[in-house]
Amino acid sequence: MLYREAGQYKTSYAEDQQIFPIRQDRIAVALIVAVALVAVPLLASDYLYTAILIPFLILSLAAIGLNILVGYCGQISLGTGGFMAVGAYAAYNLCLRIEWLPLPIAILLAGLIAALAGILFGIPSLRIKGFYLAVATLAAQFFIDWLFARIGWFTNYTPSGSIVAPQLNVFGWIVDTPMEKYLFTLIVVALFALVAKNLVRGRIGRTWMAIRDMDIAAEIIGIRPLTAKLSAFAVSSFFVGVAGALWGFVHLGSWEPLAFGINRSFQLLFMIIIGGLGSILGCFLGAAFIMIVPLVLNQVPTALGIPLSTASISHMEAMIFGVMIVFFLIVEPHGFARLWSLAKEKLRIWPFPH
Amino acid sequence: MSARRRPIGDTLLVVDGVSLSFGGVKALTDVSFDIREHEILAIIGPNGAGKSSMLNCINGFYHPSAGAITFRGVKRAQMRPHEAAMQGIARTFQNIALFKGMSTLDNIMTGRLLKMKVGLAGQAVHLGPARAEELAHRAFCERIIDFLEIQAVRKTPVGRLPYGLQKRVELGRALAAEPTLLLLDEPMAGMNLEEKQDMCRFILDVNDEFGTTICLIEHDMGVVMDISDRVVVLEYGRKIAEGTPDVVRANQAVIDAYLGVAH
Repeated sequence: MLYREAGQYKTSYAEDQQIFPIRQDRIAVALIVAVALVAVPLLASDYLYTAILIPFLILSLAAIGLNILVGYCGQISLGTGGFMAVGAYAAYNLCLRIEWLPLPIAILLAGLIAALAGILFGIPSLRIKGFYLAVATLAAQFFIDWLFARIGWFTNYTPSGSIVAPQLNVFGWIVDTPMEKYLFTLIVVALFALVAKNLVRGRIGRTWMAIRDMDIAAEIIGIRPLTAKLSAFAVSSFFVGVAGALWGFVHLGSWEPLAFGINRSFQLLFMIIIGGLGSILGCFLGAAFIMIVPLVLNQVPTALGIPLSTASISHMEAMIFGVMIVFFLIVEPHGFARLWSLAKEKLRIWPFPH
Repeated sequence: MSARRRPIGDTLLVVDGVSLSFGGVKALTDVSFDIREHEILAIIGPNGAGKSSMLNCINGFYHPSAGAITFRGVKRAQMRPHEAAMQGIARTFQNIALFKGMSTLDNIMTGRLLKMKVGLAGQAVHLGPARAEELAHRAFCERIIDFLEIQAVRKTPVGRLPYGLQKRVELGRALAAEPTLLLLDEPMAGMNLEEKQDMCRFILDVNDEFGTTICLIEHDMGVVMDISDRVVVLEYGRKIAEGTPDVVRANQAVIDAYLGVAH
């Protein structure tokens, strides 16, 4: 079947405002969901789950959170790792101190606590923009790192400062095996991605984008910069906080202080820049690129039978990966999501582009 | 001009002795005039006369150093632009101020933000009330899109549109708010004759159909004389004349300001 929308008439605004207005897109999405829910659990190995799929999904969720702030509202943040940490430690402490609290509720509450932290550290955005704001959020990252490493209460005074997450009990479903963990993560991430999409295509999303594109004009039409920017920080940090809680509980299981360091912040920023600012799909594409390409690069020399030491392979991996990032940014500064939509535009009129 | 559906009514906005200065530069000095309901008022004057500053005072961008502005009978204290928007004042800019990354439709939808009430949780689910609200406002925006004849570009990011269309989209965004008072800062700058004619038609139709009061700044004297009910003339931040186009045209001070005066 060709990628065409000819003959698909939309007779109501509701039909026109679907997330996927073109039938072929809906079929493709249904296929992806089927593969993720059915085919993957039938075929995948534990290594695939724990090393690739689960971290990919969780980082996609964190990238969605960051993209809401950076891509949709135009406020830059280098504190994402810190807000993930807030989510993870908040979920840990909630589970530790309120024993009857169901895990999903604890994760959501952890997200809300991260949202409060986001609002707090978002306040400078009302006064400063761009690089200066980046520095202010960098301060958030370092402060949060310090907080959880030094204040014993947050880690329940464990001597090493490392934390072991409790058993994952989702309303009676004990999430234990890698496959179960994968399915749990998949469901959570899919739901949150849908929520994110609904937000950015609705009123609040337009408020954010208006602030991003021209804050003066936004104010003229009645948007209060204060609420617009702080709501972006709150929602963004909520998503990031939930991702942080999942990262700690589902992916790591136990973690040390500084597990959510500045490198994580940069990694997430790279993901959304490469995937596409202001695109939910871009978050997944960017996360896939950043996660999977290094793994592939790592395998290539061995697969080709080139005798190289492990050290030089990992050096080459870093070098080639860096070059690829620079290359993509020069060729398509709007990221994979833009490439994808251009490809779709071309496909729609292929093979007669005139 | 043909008979209008809504006759010019009472005073809507009073500018009383407004002065504004930036450091030593006096942008406005003791300017007073009023805007009446349903009328089209033009503010003209040579470059640097303080026309845009006047609009900026009216919608809260600048705060007058002296004088007062009364809107709908309420004398206003210092206020922010978004408060002016809530009271029903919308405007367009001399240099287009659209949201370039968003589509035409989304730009016009932003004009209705103040009218959308569903909370964050409702929007996150996007079912029931949020969806109904979204669709109702979409229908309203489509009427504006039809009115401005920009149906073909409703999904195009406005950054890609030609200048004349961007001006129209900006007008559409202002109209979407259903303003009581619409401030247009040089709506026809840089347009060719046909685009100007279109824009004049839109302005007159807005005024006639929706009864929107319009205050506009324009340099094209032909346009000003044709479409406005009254004209206020500023020069060096002072008001030098006010009245119907014919009166203003015959005013010696205005002629001197525009053509210069022999010394």
